[in-house]
Amino acid sequence: MSAETTARLTAQRTGAQIMCEALIREGVEVMFGIPGGAIMPFYHAMYEYRDRLRHVLCRHEQGAGHAAEGYARASGRVGVCVGTSGPGATNLVTPIANAWMDSTPLIAITGQVSSAVLGTDAFQETDITGITIPITKHSYLVADVRELPRVFREAFHIASTGRQGPVLIDVTKDAQQARAVPEWNVSLHLPGYHEPSEGEHEALSRALRLLALARKPLIMAGSGVIQSGAVGELRAFAERTGFPVITTLHGLGAFPEDHPLSIGMPGMHGWVHVNRALQECDVLFNIGGRFDDRVTGKASTFAPQAQIIHVDIDASEIGKVVRADVGIVGDARLVLRGMLDVMPQRDARDWLAHIREMQAIHQHRQAYLRRPETAQLMPHDVYAVLNRVLNARGGYRVVTDVGQHQMWAAQLIDWQRPRTHLTSGGAGTMGFAVPAAMGAAIACPDDTIWVVVGDGGFQMTNQELATICQEGLRNIKVAIINNGYLGMVRQWQELFENRRYSGTPLSGPDFARLAEAYGVRGLTIAHAADVECAVTDAWEHDGPVVIDFQVEREVNVFPIVPQGRSIGEMITSEAEA
Amino acid sequence: MQHTLIALLQDRPGVLNRAVSLFRRRGFNIASLAVGQSEIPGVSRMTLVVDREHVEQVVKQLDRLIEVLAVHDITHERTVEQETCLVKVTATSPSLAELVSIAAESRARIVDVSAAVMILVLTDAPARVAVFVERLRPFGVLELIRSGRIAMALGAPPAGLARQNGSPETTHRATDRGPSHPYHWQADGASDTEAA
Repeated sequence: MSAETTARLTAQRTGAQIMCEALIREGVEVMFGIPGGAIMPFYHAMYEYRDRLRHVLCRHEQGAGHAAEGYARASGRVGVCVGTSGPGATNLVTPIANAWMDSTPLIAITGQVSSAVLGTDAFQETDITGITIPITKHSYLVADVRELPRVFREAFHIASTGRQGPVLIDVTKDAQQARAVPEWNVSLHLPGYHEPSEGEHEALSRALRLLALARKPLIMAGSGVIQSGAVGELRAFAERTGFPVITTLHGLGAFPEDHPLSIGMPGMHGWVHVNRALQECDVLFNIGGRFDDRVTGKASTFAPQAQIIHVDIDASEIGKVVRADVGIVGDARLVLRGMLDVMPQRDARDWLAHIREMQAIHQHRQAYLRRPETAQLMPHDVYAVLNRVLNARGGYRVVTDVGQHQMWAAQLIDWQRPRTHLTSGGAGTMGFAVPAAMGAAIACPDDTIWVVVGDGGFQMTNQELATICQEGLRNIKVAIINNGYLGMVRQWQELFENRRYSGTPLSGPDFARLAEAYGVRGLTIAHAADVECAVTDAWEHDGPVVIDFQVEREVNVFPIVPQGRSIGEMITSEAEA
Repeated sequence: MQHTLIALLQDRPGVLNRAVSLFRRRGFNIASLAVGQSEIPGVSRMTLVVDREHVEQVVKQLDRLIEVLAVHDITHERTVEQETCLVKVTATSPSLAELVSIAAESRARIVDVSAAVMILVLTDAPARVAVFVERLRPFGVLELIRSGRIAMALGAPPAGLARQNGSPETTHRATDRGPSHPYHWQADGASDTEAA
């Protein structure tokens, strides 16, 4: 090493330079953000690292946050978003909350006013570390430049290990400007942090005993299977035992839906045969799902016959919603590996045959598959084509928003691989899909990123079409399921509130022309016969596309379990409503 | 019923805010909260009393906080619980003798007597502190402050905690033994809970 290099390496850096170098050291290649007064020193420094650290300028900090989430969920790596103090930081609150609910590894970096004026209601000052206490895994307010290397190391470790989640780093402007020789040789010292384990031996033994004796066993795969990389272990375990597998909304893709042991999605909009199987099963083996109320329905009536084995990386999830007869605190992959070695071969053919019988009776009778007397395009026409084209071509990610279109996508597309289905589950954040797709498009440049979004959610963050164009994200294709309503709320009003459509009819612009105004190809489709051509065209077009699918306005998602009811009480058609 | 929780926290800004926020989120009222230095440099010990039937979930979520080193519900353990109160009462000549005698009976100390006002201090089991305060009320309580209770399990602390210096190897955690085996502090050799 030359004397000159040594001198350069040991030279002082500004806090902002240290932040950039810390990001590079953590393997960050892209971040999404918007500059502003209190974060300007960081942007100033970012310019000199621009060949190693890509910055994507978004049009709203909410978009930046969701883009970072989309990047994280598509790639399994940590997503990074940046905002300034005050409104920049508060605009990040929604994506931080979303990442918290869906356990997405996210680092949110915010500028803060100078430490000399902290707490004085200075211009653009907001107590963002205070605001985000309930929705962050951890947070830091850094006012001393010397803390930056340690804080960044800790923050990335905390965000990406154990139960993943959002970590906020709020850095005062003076800490970004101050100079110091960075001390990179920091050892992690987090005595109160729980590293993931492989599960307690005694609990594993009890689980194995239950599984060995089960007559009507079910495996339920949640997000934890995907996040811990346990997809292969799950498949091996299912094939070894012959136990049927259900996948929750965030578990879609954890187990291929064309596998003979896959039976589908449970819950509020799950399949009748899956929910019935849950109500009949004698052992439920939940791996990496948190028993969301959209899965369990009325929790006290959930899986009443079952002994429940709950594997979760977070001890506080066990027994939170549903009693666990055996709770295993551990990483899904490590737990499954430990069990695979000792799990005896089993056979649940009769039970699976029984579930298939229920499926044959109910899945076909459901009205969503029956075409009503209308010439209008049905949402299901779009999904039928999408499912066919996606699975024929491969190389795709689908990002959905929140509402009816999201549930149809979960139901009607055959999910085969992990991290191909990205959605806002726990928080139910409308406006998630378009910006999240930007992150997915950067994480997976060789895949085609399909956004499936309602006309309501699209209008919440569609300004990011400008970002998509500026950044040249040519692999994003947006399918708007446009029914002129906030459709899921309208559906509830129809089914449960005597059709009082309060605040749900929704107008919008001509979406195709709006897209064209941004420089995105826009298409309008109103007939079933044109769907396939539009989807294929969009796929092959070398650039972003928005397709406005103008669908029948009042179509419902069935089956549906009314909120607060047992998952045994499903409404499967208008006739039953 | 009341639950008494003890936690070890890293002594950093915001830790208490995070911990207390978990109770606020559920609408739990905190009956008493006391935090102070522990035997370990840089680590505070917190005693928290909450009026709730089910606190397991909050205990687990407390334990999940990065800066919480250990947390334990000692409600059903043998413990010593103490509280301090400072009381300022009207002390005019006819009542002076009686106040002095109450102080003596309660083992309270009179720490200040000025014109017509007396300050008494008592450290005792919370129930006895309550009785003491009630006995003073007829004299005219001008100011009152109770410290909130502090509690300690009887007997030798678990090995991990006794030796632990905040390092990952020795920190005792509630989740180490899984949810079906909640972490128990051994209270061997102790006779009975001293708190009334």
